[in-house]
Amino acid sequence: MGEKAKGFFVTGDPLIYGADVSIIITLLGILVFLTYFKKWGWLWSEWLTTVDHKKIGIMYLVSSLLMLFRGGVDALLMRMQLAMPNTHFLQSQHYNEIFTTHGTIMILFMAMPFMFALFNIVIPLQIGARDVAYPFLNAMSFWLFFFGALLFNLSFVIGGSPDAGWLSYPPLSELAGSPGPGQNFYIWGIQISGIGSLATGINFLVTILKMRAPGMKLMQMPLFTWSVLSSCITIIFAFPVLTVTLALLFVDRFFGAHIFTAASGGNPMMYVNLIWMWGHPEVYIVVLPAFGIYSEIVSTFSKKKIFGYKSMVFSMIIISVLGYFTWVHHFFTMGAGADVNTFFAITTMAIGIPTGVKIFNWLFTMFRGRITMTQPMLWTLAFIPCFLVGGATGVMLAAAPADYQYHNSYFLIAHFHQTLIGGVVFGYLAGLYYWWPKMFGFKLNDRIGKWAFWTWNIGFYVCFMPQYALGFMGMTRRVYTYGWDMGWAPYNLVSTAGAFLMGIGFIFQVWQILYSIKHGERDLTGDPWNGRTLEWSIPSPAPHYNFAHLPAVRSDDSWWDMKKHRYGAAGQDEIKEYAPIHMPKNSGIPFLMSACWFVAGFGLTFEWIWLGIAGLAGIGICLLARSFQRNTDYYIPVDEIKRTEASIGRVV
Amino acid sequence: MGVSENHGSAKTYILGFLFSLILTAIPLWLVIQHVMSKTVLTVTILLIAVLQLIIQFFFFMHIRDGEKPRYHVMALVLGAVMVFTIVAGSIWIMTFNSQVH
Amino acid sequence: MAQSAISMDAPQEHQHDTFKLLGFWIFLVTDCIIFACLFAVYAVLRTHTDGDLTGRELFEVKGFTAETLILLASSFTSGLASLAMHKGSKKQLLGWLTVTVLLGLSFVGLEITEFAKMASEGARISTNAFLSSFFTLVGTHGLHVSFGLIWMIGVMVQIARFGIDSLTKEKVTIVGLYWHFLDVVWIFIFTVVYLLGVM
Repeated sequence: MGEKAKGFFVTGDPLIYGADVSIIITLLGILVFLTYFKKWGWLWSEWLTTVDHKKIGIMYLVSSLLMLFRGGVDALLMRMQLAMPNTHFLQSQHYNEIFTTHGTIMILFMAMPFMFALFNIVIPLQIGARDVAYPFLNAMSFWLFFFGALLFNLSFVIGGSPDAGWLSYPPLSELAGSPGPGQNFYIWGIQISGIGSLATGINFLVTILKMRAPGMKLMQMPLFTWSVLSSCITIIFAFPVLTVTLALLFVDRFFGAHIFTAASGGNPMMYVNLIWMWGHPEVYIVVLPAFGIYSEIVSTFSKKKIFGYKSMVFSMIIISVLGYFTWVHHFFTMGAGADVNTFFAITTMAIGIPTGVKIFNWLFTMFRGRITMTQPMLWTLAFIPCFLVGGATGVMLAAAPADYQYHNSYFLIAHFHQTLIGGVVFGYLAGLYYWWPKMFGFKLNDRIGKWAFWTWNIGFYVCFMPQYALGFMGMTRRVYTYGWDMGWAPYNLVSTAGAFLMGIGFIFQVWQILYSIKHGERDLTGDPWNGRTLEWSIPSPAPHYNFAHLPAVRSDDSWWDMKKHRYGAAGQDEIKEYAPIHMPKNSGIPFLMSACWFVAGFGLTFEWIWLGIAGLAGIGICLLARSFQRNTDYYIPVDEIKRTEASIGRVV
Repeated sequence: MGVSENHGSAKTYILGFLFSLILTAIPLWLVIQHVMSKTVLTVTILLIAVLQLIIQFFFFMHIRDGEKPRYHVMALVLGAVMVFTIVAGSIWIMTFNSQVH
Repeated sequence: MAQSAISMDAPQEHQHDTFKLLGFWIFLVTDCIIFACLFAVYAVLRTHTDGDLTGRELFEVKGFTAETLILLASSFTSGLASLAMHKGSKKQLLGWLTVTVLLGLSFVGLEITEFAKMASEGARISTNAFLSSFFTLVGTHGLHVSFGLIWMIGVMVQIARFGIDSLTKEKVTIVGLYWHFLDVVWIFIFTVVYLLGVM
């Protein structure tokens, strides 16, 4: 192997060689499978070129579960390194890379796509629409995310992973501190997928504002739809900031500018200021839809209308806007002064109020309800105490003077994992169990699911409660190893055991999915939970065009109302004529254009200018090609609708 | 189309153009002639820039067009709040208590 | 029957162009946020010259005034283009778009000359934090204008080929909005960067 190749491929660590081999074997396996079963054409026409929001949602889901696996492996490696004092299980450089990629992957390549999966699968069905506002752009968003994530993950085996922390603060992330391509992988991986996220934000905002079923007023929308609306509002104001911040870091690294450098007048803290202007709203972006999911589930499984609908809506909107005014609490210790810190401490504490309102509303919804203990409900019940403790420790951190003690300690680590796992991951998993029958037509097995639930939950507390104590004992985040004399060893060991329990919970879930594909309870009615919103009024899985007739909405909890008063899809007497349905055509451009972004990103990562320019030119050509396309949609004829409806057991 | 559309007329475009020329000339002249103290001058020319923005929005971009409710206007207003937060917030945070290089 | 059904669906199709317009407005808001961040960086770093030349010594009143007038004029002519479009005159529409593109090209040309002159005086993006933030802010605007020019030419080709129909109309409206928006951003660059710079 030549010198150049040695720098190109990551070498030296047996763990990475193992990963190399498994990646190659998996890739070969996929290629052989596709070729042997002649599935290439199917892959292209059914998935790679699809503009169907349901399929795009499933692709998001699969990618995010893969990323959950990778981020989880990172976490377990970290916990193994920290389990005992003076361990050298990982090399220190490898450890730095792993805590960096763990954070970035979990937030940007796991939580975000998981959230977009649920947006895509649920929103059009829930508002009674046949697609999103811009189906082409929607496919574009997915492929941008996909190729961005691919680029980021490639750094693991080619060029070297980023190692400057999940938000890559300068001056460490500047050229002088991180000379290799790792940091460029970080910038371009996130940049490319970030453009996709921004587009999704715009797309769903317009979808919800403009494409609701006839009669559905804003204040009749399901709460999940409201939560997505508020999350999208935050996306459109937060993601551009991320784009600029990373672009400026790249300008520093590529053109030798001095925006965030420590020399020539640059100001590294300006980066911290900007990145948290995205980073803080980002946590609300991911948690708001989870709040929406809990609201749907609590109401459905308590057989009651949600308590305090209006206050739920207002609290979400307040969170989405107020979430933009708290960012400095991430760097109280910068020393901006008493006035600045006081202002942001107050806004941070204030945002606890609407969140508290929501907790009470969920509790009051359950109060005197007829509760069914299904899997979605279990995860929702687990969320409430977990998030409550996470929120309370958050208020502790928000007290600026006290934060000087907690800042960057394991106390903080425990706090944000409690809100992000207890709030976001539990919520998305609850949503996954809840809408799984709608996506695939069968329920996930209950017994294995309960095993998964309990190992996850017990594992969570065993893992993170000791970390609060470690924080008070002075253990700081990102520490590589520690001595016996610190007294941290027992707590760390317990914490590691908890992390492995959560890992076992994940394995249970994989088993649960595989088992249920074969043995899961089939959903023949389309309404397995006796649901309240429109997505349950159509068969599972939904036909290509979702609704043969657009539903006419008269009240909130519209499907419940239809079932109660026997009208719409629940009223069998009025059979309406079908009309041809207007649908968007598939397109290969989103895939190709995102692939060009990947090429451009790869070129700029290695500073191979020619490759970067070639990629950018490809993007331009794709844009022009799309602009000149004039027949981008078609009509599904009445015959085909009749045939489809008959085949899924609906009265024609 | 059922949408009240106002594409403007040649007159409104010419009027808008004249306004924007005048609103460019005034701050330029004020700055070159140094007629006010620095703070007053800064505030004045920033206000004129905002006025100029309003002219562009109403005379050229027809922001009153489109069906109700006018979500794009709401987005712009919220956007203006965020722009102010980002710029003023950054200046406040980054310069408060710090030394000028 | 199928015929009447299609006409029933027609209002929804019409809505599609207001969809696009609303989406584009929201995109413009996100672009505003992008520029807001760049302005914030410039505002924080404008005094960080590290002992080098300041804006007062580097900016030339004649140059940036010319750029401003050209961009204002191009915003005006793109407005006239949309006026011609609504009158249904393809020739006038293409004419005014051509004038707009020519004005845009001369704006970009002037800006490149300005940047080259500054670079020759030793004021480069890598010189100090003030210049880094100046070149990224003004350069990002310049890139937007250049992108807009390619876009506008693409739209012109489509008008020449397909004439004025609902699709091309929508494209002209959207590229026009984008162009006016760039003018708005420039007004603030003119005020905050150049006027405050030479003050």
